[in-house]
Amino acid sequence: MGKIKLKKSPPHIDMTPMVDLFCLLLIFFILTARFIPQEAVAVDTPSSVSNKISPDRHIITLTVAKDNKVFFNVDNGVDTSEHLRGNILRAMAYQYQMKFTPEEVEKFEGLQNFSLPMSGMKAFINAESNEERDAMHSGIPMDSTDNQLLYWIRFARNYYNDFEVALKGDRDADYVQIKKVIDILQDNNINKFNLTTNLEEVDIEFDNI
Amino acid sequence: MAEVVQKEGGGKPKGKRRSKRLSAHIDMTPMVDLFCLLLTFFMLTTSMSKPKVMEIVLPEKEDPKEPTKQPEVDSAKALNIILIGDDKVLWYNGLANPAKPPLPRMHETDFSDDGIRQVLLQRNKDLFTKIEQMKSDVVTGKIELHRDSVDAQRKRFMRQDKAGPVVLIKAYEGVKYKNIVDILDEMSITNIALYALIDINDVEKKMVADYMASQGGIAASNK
Repeated sequence: MGKIKLKKSPPHIDMTPMVDLFCLLLIFFILTARFIPQEAVAVDTPSSVSNKISPDRHIITLTVAKDNKVFFNVDNGVDTSEHLRGNILRAMAYQYQMKFTPEEVEKFEGLQNFSLPMSGMKAFINAESNEERDAMHSGIPMDSTDNQLLYWIRFARNYYNDFEVALKGDRDADYVQIKKVIDILQDNNINKFNLTTNLEEVDIEFDNI
Repeated sequence: MAEVVQKEGGGKPKGKRRSKRLSAHIDMTPMVDLFCLLLTFFMLTTSMSKPKVMEIVLPEKEDPKEPTKQPEVDSAKALNIILIGDDKVLWYNGLANPAKPPLPRMHETDFSDDGIRQVLLQRNKDLFTKIEQMKSDVVTGKIELHRDSVDAQRKRFMRQDKAGPVVLIKAYEGVKYKNIVDILDEMSITNIALYALIDINDVEKKMVADYMASQGGIAASNK
């Protein structure tokens, strides 16, 4: 009797459905991903127990760095068709009698936070590299004679009324400076805003009190 | 192994002799590997990048032309906290009124677990236990409450509360932002219903200066 020969072949697992699924998930995650924008200054935020998540669109971010410099940032809206940054820059340019070419406005939309007076804005936009730009942050004028920060916030809110405000201060920033920024916010009738913090857990034992 | 196996043309070839078609095997393993890696990368980066925020609401700024009357704070309920920088806190009960001496005594503490938090918990014991009890009841399932309602319930308890203190937070010179967030955080940890961030007045400035002078004397003698 001849032995029954078993057909030896490597087992075939059909991976096509898996690949399909991966493909779909990958596309989903790529489309929904929002990268952390590169910031001009590193800020070490204080921690709190609050676990409210910051909105990621339509938000004005005021960063107060360690050296008390205030950085202004505003996002460009849900998609590129909103051109929020560009419109705010145009309003500012009108206020300070400056002219920006459409190319400059478009370039500004792609930039991140800044801390410089309007007079330096043209050079900032046309700078060759980000390193060059980093050296330009000399601070936004925010005293009573020339309060540019007030106008940035005002025009941002004029253009899009539901802008939320996030105040992102460094641990070691002076409260006096933060207070100044809060005063400017209140001058713009913004009495509700968010303080960006790190999440930290606390436990309190019932018996201890 | 992932392969795409092309089926050979069905049926017998008619007439013409066809060369036997080799099925094309495409090895999909590298592609799957790459997908897997990218997928992991995107999944991790999306969930981690959400910053957390703490919401604060301030009272509307006063119009200097028509000043509104400041609400009177009951002296028995008032708890004053003065931040003096370096993670140190001074606190005193009641209101400092130079017309009615003596001025209240200052106590020094810090932001550790046994520091200002204990002071606040002692004063706010009823409300704190009520809210924390409610929260733990929700966790253990004793009471059915939707997650969103927990916060609303907490706010309701706070509005009803009559016994808790009114905390007045003031900042002396040289205070860092971290301490402000710390103290606001303590307010939410200890479920304080009423608190306000206000400017320090001259009487308190003097009280702090006096206190520091007296402490400075002790510190110097210790050295």
